[in-house]
Amino acid sequence: MNITVDEDKCCGAGQCVLITPEVFDQRDEDGIVVLLDAAPGEEHHDAVRESAQVCPAAAITVDEDA
Amino acid sequence: MSATPRVVVVGASAAGLATVEALRRKGHDGPVTVVGAEPYPPYDRPPLSKQVLAGSWPPERTRLRTAEVLEGLGAEWVLGDPATGLDPLSRTVATASGRAVGGDAVVVATGARPRTLPGQEPLTGVHVLRTLDEAAALRADLLDRGGNGRGRLVVVGEGVLGAEAAATACGLGVDTALVGPQRVPMEAQLGPLVGGLLAELHRGEGVRLRLGAAVSGLADDGGGRVRGVLLDTGEELPADTVLVAVGARPETDWLEGSGLEVSDGLVCDAHCRAAEGVYAVGDVSRWYHEGLGRSVRLENRTNAVEQAGAVAAAVLGDERPYVPVPYLWTDQFGAKIQIHGLPSASAEAEVVEGSPEDGRFVVRFRRGSRTEGVLGWNMPKQARQWRREVAEAFAAPSPVGGSPVAG
Repeated sequence: MNITVDEDKCCGAGQCVLITPEVFDQRDEDGIVVLLDAAPGEEHHDAVRESAQVCPAAAITVDEDA
Repeated sequence: MSATPRVVVVGASAAGLATVEALRRKGHDGPVTVVGAEPYPPYDRPPLSKQVLAGSWPPERTRLRTAEVLEGLGAEWVLGDPATGLDPLSRTVATASGRAVGGDAVVVATGARPRTLPGQEPLTGVHVLRTLDEAAALRADLLDRGGNGRGRLVVVGEGVLGAEAAATACGLGVDTALVGPQRVPMEAQLGPLVGGLLAELHRGEGVRLRLGAAVSGLADDGGGRVRGVLLDTGEELPADTVLVAVGARPETDWLEGSGLEVSDGLVCDAHCRAAEGVYAVGDVSRWYHEGLGRSVRLENRTNAVEQAGAVAAAVLGDERPYVPVPYLWTDQFGAKIQIHGLPSASAEAEVVEGSPEDGRFVVRFRRGSRTEGVLGWNMPKQARQWRREVAEAFAAPSPVGGSPVAG
């Protein structure tokens, strides 16, 4: 799994951080997503998929094949 | 219900898409049909009053999923064919083109449509803003000013959509006025402290605020185009283009005759269920929030997706009360505003972090010891951290006890 984030789309909701704090964080100054781990372990995959799907700005893309 | 229910989703926007995705994520591999009124695959609405109206995004960028990702969901998409009726007993949806789509479960995700002003329909130059087509029409009208004198926009409605669209239009260089009965923008939702700061922000950026006066109608230029907005003070505000942003009403007309209870939304129980096998998600859903001890209907983007997750689980037999902490955000000029919870105008509002002078702060809204909401102004991360207090208040058991069952 490989994750990419679109900082330009991110609205700073922080939903991803609530669901997968091991993989996502937010910048202190403007709340924009910070990707802590672009290729997280399998134990986080379900939560990452959910984070991508619930992101209100559709700013997270998950490449399952990578 | 069978282990692999056939599911019909009515509505192909954020809530409908999220329902399909949540079903698949939870392991459902049965047939899913999505019926949508608009001809477009699922797209995102929040950018319409921001990036799309501003022109910084091409409309295609609002598409929520690529064609490949949609294809991968394995659902059947029936687009451009509005639902016209629902039989809850056979769980069959009728469409405008004459289709009858039946399933074991029906998920209603038809959203809401903008309210309009009396006399608005026949006038040109008067817009609402909910769909891609409407955003494109408004933008075209705002840009079509060369020699036409169409430079003045009046936004009717000082709620979140009106305030946001006014900010975007003003940023385009359009002469923009914001009108409505409240004293400051979003006062009904956020109270005088934050509303006052919004008023200051808008005024400082050049929006003309004409607040505290109700709109009584629209004036015709004699040729079928709008000429101005009439206030109940007797004044006429000159306008070449008008955006009417006076709220939305849930899209439930098509449920007339279904026997389902409609009361400002499709009425559901704590599990977002309107009847056996019939659920509602997103702007159209009025469900019983056990944490709040009352029914609520939320018109925000995040709820569409979160509620879809709860309903998908319920469809698959995992029924839990849906008790979210509501969340919405709005961007107005340089202010990125985030709201967790449901603040109300009469709550005690207090700046708990940062300061308005610095343009970055968090406001906490309390009623007694209960935190109704927090608002971040250019402090998204910090607002999310304060959310914890709100979550406690929303999870609290209802003082009136269990949930009623929707009829």
